[in-house]
Amino acid sequence: MRRRQSVTLALIAVVFGFALYVSLPGTPGLPIEVAGRDLSDLRFRQGLDLQGGLHVRFQASPPPDQQLQDGDMDAVKRIIENRVNALGVAEPLIQIEGDNRLIVELPGVEDPEEAIRVFRQTGQLLVINTGFEFIDEGTLLPADPSQTVLRGRDLRDARVGFDSLGAPMIEFDLQPDAANRFQTYTASHLNEVLTITVDEVVISSARIEAAIRDSGVIRGSFTADEARNVAIQLRYGALPVPLEVVETLSVRPTLGQESLQASLRAGVVGALLVLFFMVAFYRVPGLVAAAALIVYASVVFAVFKLIPVTLTLSGLAGFILSVGVAVDANILIFERTREELRAGRAIRGAIESGFNRAWPSIRDSNISTLIICAVLFGFGSGGVRGFAVTLAIGVAVSMFSAITVSRNLLRLTIAWPVLTRPRLFGAGATPGSDT
Amino acid sequence: MFAITSRRGWWYVLSLALIVPGVVALLTGGLKPGIDFTGGSLVQLRFEQDITQQAIQATAVDAGYPGATVQLTEDRGALVRTPPLDVEAKDALVDAILERSGPGQELSFSTIGPVVGAELTRAAAIGVAVASVLILLYVMWAFRRMERPVVLGLAAIGALLHDALFILGLFAMLGHVVGVQVDALFVTAILTVIGFSVNDTIVVFDRIRENRQRHLRLPDAQRPNFEQTVNFSANQSLTRSLNTSLTAVLVLLALIVLGGPTIRLFVVALAAGFLIGTYSSIFAASSALVSWDRRDVPRIWERFRSKLTLVR
Repeated sequence: MRRRQSVTLALIAVVFGFALYVSLPGTPGLPIEVAGRDLSDLRFRQGLDLQGGLHVRFQASPPPDQQLQDGDMDAVKRIIENRVNALGVAEPLIQIEGDNRLIVELPGVEDPEEAIRVFRQTGQLLVINTGFEFIDEGTLLPADPSQTVLRGRDLRDARVGFDSLGAPMIEFDLQPDAANRFQTYTASHLNEVLTITVDEVVISSARIEAAIRDSGVIRGSFTADEARNVAIQLRYGALPVPLEVVETLSVRPTLGQESLQASLRAGVVGALLVLFFMVAFYRVPGLVAAAALIVYASVVFAVFKLIPVTLTLSGLAGFILSVGVAVDANILIFERTREELRAGRAIRGAIESGFNRAWPSIRDSNISTLIICAVLFGFGSGGVRGFAVTLAIGVAVSMFSAITVSRNLLRLTIAWPVLTRPRLFGAGATPGSDT
Repeated sequence: MFAITSRRGWWYVLSLALIVPGVVALLTGGLKPGIDFTGGSLVQLRFEQDITQQAIQATAVDAGYPGATVQLTEDRGALVRTPPLDVEAKDALVDAILERSGPGQELSFSTIGPVVGAELTRAAAIGVAVASVLILLYVMWAFRRMERPVVLGLAAIGALLHDALFILGLFAMLGHVVGVQVDALFVTAILTVIGFSVNDTIVVFDRIRENRQRHLRLPDAQRPNFEQTVNFSANQSLTRSLNTSLTAVLVLLALIVLGGPTIRLFVVALAAGFLIGTYSSIFAASSALVSWDRRDVPRIWERFRSKLTLVR
C-alpha cells in the first residue's frame, strides 16, 4: 500500500512537472513531432477576438446565367490566397466551407478595412514583356506600365486545349481592337518572353513563337487542372464567381489585448477567491484542494497548448468557469468526509469513505455537463465552440485533479498526526448531522 | 436541520414569483434576438471624451439607419447596432459619428448576413432540441436504479425548465427595460445552465436514493417516512450545493466585474443560472417529490372542488 502510494505520488509529480513545463509562458517546448505537429512551438493559440484581426466569410453568388462548377471554389481559394499573401499577413487561414463558402482569417491585421478592400478587388490580369527572362510561377512581379502588353479587359475568352502530344495548354481570344495591337507587337518582339501575372503574381511565362493576331496559346509545364485554373483567372481576370460577404468580424489588436488582460485578471482574481474560500471553509483539506487546483490549472493549460486549442474570449470564460466548478468534486468529497467524522469515524477511514461514496455523484453529475458541451460543439460555431471545448477539457481534467491528486495529497498530509484533528477538517457544528 | 419540504408551499410561491414576471415579459416580446439571429452589424467605438447616447443615435438616424440602436458601455464606449452594413457603409457611418461625437476610434466591427443569421437560428433550435433529448435520456439513465424513476426524471426536467424559463424571463425583462439583445452565447448560457441544473439535481436525488435504501433497512418504528428522507437528503446536500454554486459564482463575479463588456451578458446569464439552479435542485425539485408522494395536487383539487360544491 505504502509502496503503491509512493508510485502514484511520483506519477502525479511527473504529470505536474511536465504540465508546468509545457504551460509556462515562453517554454522552449519539446523537440519532437507528434502526429505531424511540431511540439517545439508551444505558444498559446489566440483567437481573433484576443489578438485582433479579421475574419470574413464569403459566399459564392453566381449570376443567374452561371452555375457554380466543380473547382470554382478551389480557384477562388487560390486567388484569394495570392491576394492575402501579397498583404504579408503572418499565419493566414483560408479554407473552403461546404460547397460555396470561403473563410478567411487574418490574425493581427491592424487595418481590417484595407485588407477587405484588397481581397475583394477584382484581380488584375497583366501580360508583361520580361525581355528574354522566364519568371517562375508564384513570383511577385510589380506592374510596370511601360512593359505591359495586354490587360485583363483585352481578353475575350480563355480555355483549356491540348496540343498534338496531348499536353494541356491555354487558348485565348482577344478583343478586336487589342488583336491589332497585339499582332503588331508580337511581330516585332519575336522570341522575347511574355509573362502573365494576376494581381502581380506570375502565372506563366511563355516565348513569343510567332506573331499572334486574335487568338493564341500559352504553353507551360502545367497539368490540365492548373491550366483550367489559369484559364479561369485569364477569363475573369479575377474570381470565377463573384463573392458576397456574408459575415465579417474585425477586432483591433488593442481591443484584443485589453480583452485578454481583462480575462486574465478576472481569472486570477476568481481563482484566488476560490482558493481562499476553500482554505477558509475546509482548512487542511481545503489547502489540499487548493494545491490540487494549481495542478489542475497547469494540466489544463498544458492540454490547451498541446492539442492545441485556439483560445477565444468565451473560451477563456469557459476555462475560468471550470476553475469554479473544478472544486465541486472536492466539495462533494469533503462534505462526505465531514459527515463521516461527525458520525464518529476515524480520520483515515472518513477520508477514504468520503472519496468512495462521493465518486458516483461526481461521475454522474459531470456527464450532464459533458453532454451539453458535446451538443454546443456540434451545433455551435466560433465563440460557442471555444466555450464548449475549454469547459469540457476543464471538467475532464477536474475529475483527475479532484480525485487522484487530492486523494493522494490528503493521504500524505494526514501522515502528520498534528494535521488530523477533526477541527482542522472543518467538522464543527453544522446542520445536517443528526441521523 | 432546516424544514425544507414542509414549507414547500412557500417554495412554489417563490418560484412563481421568480418566473411569472419573466414569462409575462417573454409573452410581450421582451426577448430581443440580436444580430446573430436576425443579421445585422455591430460597431464598437471608444471615445476620448464623454458622449451621449442620443447624439450617436441621432447621427445614425441621419445617416439613414432609423432602426439603429446605441448602447453605451464603460470607458466611454458605445455599441451601435444597425442592419447589415458593408465596409464602405460602416466607414461612412463611423466617420459621421466620430465627426459629431469624436474624437474616438473604432474597436471592432462585425456583420452577420441574414443568410448566416437564419442558419445560426436553425442551428440553435436544433442544438436546443438535441440537448433536450439527450438530457432527457441521460436523466432516465441516471435514475434507472431508483425508486420511481419517472417521477424523479419529471422533477429533474421540471427543475431545468424552471431554471431555463427564469433566465429567459430575466433577459426578456432586461430586453424591455434596457433593450438587451440575446445572441448565440445566450443560447450557450441557457444550455450550460441546464447541464449544471441537472448535475445539481442528480446530486440531491442520489442522496435521496442512498438514504432511502439505508432508511428502508431500519426497523419500522425508527424508519423515517419518504418526506423525512427527502428533507434530510436536501439538508445534507445543502452545504455542498451552496458551496459549489458559491465558488462558481465567485469566478463568474470576477468575470462580470473585471472581464470587460464583450461577454458580460453571457456571464451574467451563467451566474443567474447557477444561483437559480442551486435553489431549484434543493428547494423546488425535492419539494416536488414530496408533493407527488403526498398527492398534494389531487388533495388540493379535491378540497377546491368540495368548496365549489358548497358554494353551489
